[in-house]
Amino acid sequence: MVAVIRRSWHPLADTAIAQGHDSGHGAHVSSTGLSNNKLAMWMFLGSECLLFGGLISTYMLYKGRVNSGPQPDQIFDIPFTSVSSFVLLMSSLTMVLAVSAAQRKDDRNTTLWLTITALLGSTFVGGQVYEFTAFYREGLGFTTSLFGSSFYTLTGFHGVHVSVGIIMLMALVGMISRNRIPGDRGETVEMVGLYWHFVDIVWIVIFTLVYLIPS
Amino acid sequence: MAIIERPSSEVVVTGGPTVGVKPSEALGVFKRPAASTSWRDWVVTVDHKKIGIMYGVAAFFFFILGGLEAVLIRMQLMAPSGKVLNADQYNQMFTMHGTTMVFLFVMPMAAAFANYFVPLQIGARDVAFPRLNAFGFWSFLFGGIFLNTSWFLGGAADGGWFMYAPNSSTLFSPSHGIDFWAMGLQITGIASLTGAINLIVTVLNMRAPGMKMMRMPIFTWMVLVVQFLLLFAIPVITVALFLLSFQRSFDATFFDVASGADPLLWQHLFWIFGHPEVYILILPSFGIVSEILPVFSKKPLFGYPIVAMSGAAIGFVGWGVWAHHMFASGLGPVSVTVFSMATMAIAVPTGVKIVNWVMTMWGGKLLFTVPMLFSIALVVQFTIGGLSGVTHAVAPSDTQQTDTYYIVAHFHYVLFGGAIFGLFAGFYYWWPKIFRKQLSESIGRWNFWLMLVGMNMTFGPMHMLGLQGQPRRMSVWTSARAGEGFFNLGFWNRIASIGSLVLSLGVLLFIVNVVYTHKSKKVAIAPLDPWDGRTLEWMTASPPKEHNFDAIPTVGHLDEFFHRKYAQDATTHEITQVATAEEVLAELNSHPDEHIHMPSRSYWPILLALALPIIGYGLIYNRVILAVGVAMVVATMFGWAMEPSTAADDDFDPSAPGDGGGHTKELAPLG
Amino acid sequence: MSTASDQSANTEIIAADGEEHHGVSDKQYIVIALILAALTAIEVSTYYVDFGPLFMPTLFVLMAVKFVVVVSYFMHLKFDNKLFSYLFYTGLILALTVYVGALSTFKFFLQKG
Repeated sequence: MVAVIRRSWHPLADTAIAQGHDSGHGAHVSSTGLSNNKLAMWMFLGSECLLFGGLISTYMLYKGRVNSGPQPDQIFDIPFTSVSSFVLLMSSLTMVLAVSAAQRKDDRNTTLWLTITALLGSTFVGGQVYEFTAFYREGLGFTTSLFGSSFYTLTGFHGVHVSVGIIMLMALVGMISRNRIPGDRGETVEMVGLYWHFVDIVWIVIFTLVYLIPS
Repeated sequence: MAIIERPSSEVVVTGGPTVGVKPSEALGVFKRPAASTSWRDWVVTVDHKKIGIMYGVAAFFFFILGGLEAVLIRMQLMAPSGKVLNADQYNQMFTMHGTTMVFLFVMPMAAAFANYFVPLQIGARDVAFPRLNAFGFWSFLFGGIFLNTSWFLGGAADGGWFMYAPNSSTLFSPSHGIDFWAMGLQITGIASLTGAINLIVTVLNMRAPGMKMMRMPIFTWMVLVVQFLLLFAIPVITVALFLLSFQRSFDATFFDVASGADPLLWQHLFWIFGHPEVYILILPSFGIVSEILPVFSKKPLFGYPIVAMSGAAIGFVGWGVWAHHMFASGLGPVSVTVFSMATMAIAVPTGVKIVNWVMTMWGGKLLFTVPMLFSIALVVQFTIGGLSGVTHAVAPSDTQQTDTYYIVAHFHYVLFGGAIFGLFAGFYYWWPKIFRKQLSESIGRWNFWLMLVGMNMTFGPMHMLGLQGQPRRMSVWTSARAGEGFFNLGFWNRIASIGSLVLSLGVLLFIVNVVYTHKSKKVAIAPLDPWDGRTLEWMTASPPKEHNFDAIPTVGHLDEFFHRKYAQDATTHEITQVATAEEVLAELNSHPDEHIHMPSRSYWPILLALALPIIGYGLIYNRVILAVGVAMVVATMFGWAMEPSTAADDDFDPSAPGDGGGHTKELAPLG
Repeated sequence: MSTASDQSANTEIIAADGEEHHGVSDKQYIVIALILAALTAIEVSTYYVDFGPLFMPTLFVLMAVKFVVVVSYFMHLKFDNKLFSYLFYTGLILALTVYVGALSTFKFFLQKG
């Protein structure tokens, strides 16, 4: 019987082990040979550029508009933020090690590196929280000035994205441990990784534009 | 007779070790919903066709709602010193009319057609992410309902559909209307964004063998361009809406001039979204018309590659023109010049399409069915609207035109005469495929002509009213302002208002047509291919089976279905029919695919979608409700993530006897 | 197909199915991370050391380089199908274009400092 094209519904189902990074499990049924999930994730990240671009532009427009309260260069603690930034950057390394382990089907190291990534991410978020409370005590509230509003909105959105990432990382650890990932584990970890790296590169931009340039 | 195989709980592999995922162990608490034919099926469906129908029904309901809002506006403006609406009600009315028509009618109606027909047109069985698709629909529906509950909860939004700051602040608009507006649009925005990702992946990845990009129907091409526009434009309005909500709810000062803010920030953010948005509104209708004109001209589309590429060009250049909505806002001459020139440029690809459509009809054997009438009307009326658009591109003349009825005339010609007429063309064209009956041509003609006459009566005079100085959004006019003579501004306002009633009658006739067609015993079941179509969606049962195609076709040509029915003699170039539609379909079905797996129904999409308005109400009223909504989002996302998209048989509710949980399907006979 | 032993190889392996497997081993990832850390250190040093007129260009270049390095290597875009790059960079370039355009109308780039 001639095998006819099978439309496999679950993009990750029906075939064995990953055939390569691009294809996931969809390779033999997708017109481009690329994985549905991966295409979706990269498109989503492309659209997120417009989200953060808008928030960054708002900040750039308003950062000098300080009717009351502190100015940017008066309030930023560059050494502290530099350490935070370094922590987030290193979390990208641990993330990539987790993806690498997942592709080797090494569950133990996958969960190990994912957990470390989540811890580093939490350290970053903790640092942000500390920083925000310090700024608030020094007189920069959300409504104090346009600088304040746009600063907290931009970094707040970023922080929420990181936090959602941490939840995804921990969920992934839990689901791997209980073997509850419905699809291809390597690809799932890779997708979370892409999201996590994106959150890191947004911070690379924010760190320069928001913190280093005014100071 | 093909058997659609029950998927086993093991993942079938080709040659490698089996990856065993036992979905029924995954959660165990909630079983997958079983198949049924009741309303329950619609609530948990992930079938793109059912989702398309739901989008269509919901969108049509909002069309009527938006239309009522419009009629109230016109009744208020019919006579001098109108007493139908006071100023505050009037503000809410035009705001909600615009918002409803743009976000809750045209966009979702295009989504209805896209959802139903894009998978069929590319030879696929569903979209790439079926549950996400369902989630998109429910989010749209709940977002739209949420937005409209503002009417009963202190008043609807009243700042105009583009909600300029600082008018949108709590100082000038103290009711919760704008908060409902902002959050409602965030929710529908999520629907649009997820839908965009879904459809792009579908078109890129799920085409039938041989369905190259340049063999796809133009409707699918235009939908693809629209999804890219949505993908990149929705985040921009997301930012704008967040800034607005933060200002209104938390006293941020983003648009508060006293704090040093610049209200133009809102305008930029809104229109960077807003201009691509208008192409989002028109391109699907351009696609529909590009399908219909060739079929009823008995000629292939003239310049197919150009029509596809010009759609992409419109999408691309459309990003560079947004500030033409801001010519009178004090941008300064340099900015104005740049945007003015960019706006003139964008007329070119649109003009190219008009030429291609006309050339398609030229020399063709024209059949003036109702879908053809609506399509031709789109070409004419969009051109009229486009011409007034060209006058807006010229910044000095726009300075006079802006914020007058001349602009209102322009966008209603392109949106009603363009987008909406295209959607009606689509209704009449595709109705027999979806619902097995052709809408009545005779009632359809009345529908068409009343809508055409009504539309022109309503919006035609507005060109004059605008140039003679009547501003937009004025809630009442007095005899003193109407000018002298019989044919003064008062006269034209009256004509416009009567026109709106004629238009409403036309729309009513559409509803009459639908009811008559389906209630009447005299209307026969439509043939599979009533119009002698050219594209793959006609190469199916009416309505298509749940799995769309018994055998996925291998595509060898543009207009593949046409080529299966007709052959062209090599020497004489004469085209003769070699097979009927029924024969083509029977031939296709004679070698059905084995192992057809369809995605399983799921509760999670509607549950996740339900959490969103709960968050909305929570943000406006009460933190506890907010917490409940957030918890629901987290819980449903986890449920969804752990659920495989295709369930094992034993993961279904055993409640439906005999139909095995939704995977086993009998191949039902036609008719 | 990737195995643990392949991972440590530095070369790009062309597999039988025609796909390039990533040639970045775990060790190379660590090297890249150290490079990124060094770049970050230079960025931070602008706070302490006066770069003069090179201040802004240095920061912009470093920011861009770090961005591209993470995207190309950690996110694997350099080794993956070009379609992913098109999708992502279209979003990025579109964002840059419209937002720089909007800020320009505010004469943002003409102001001092």
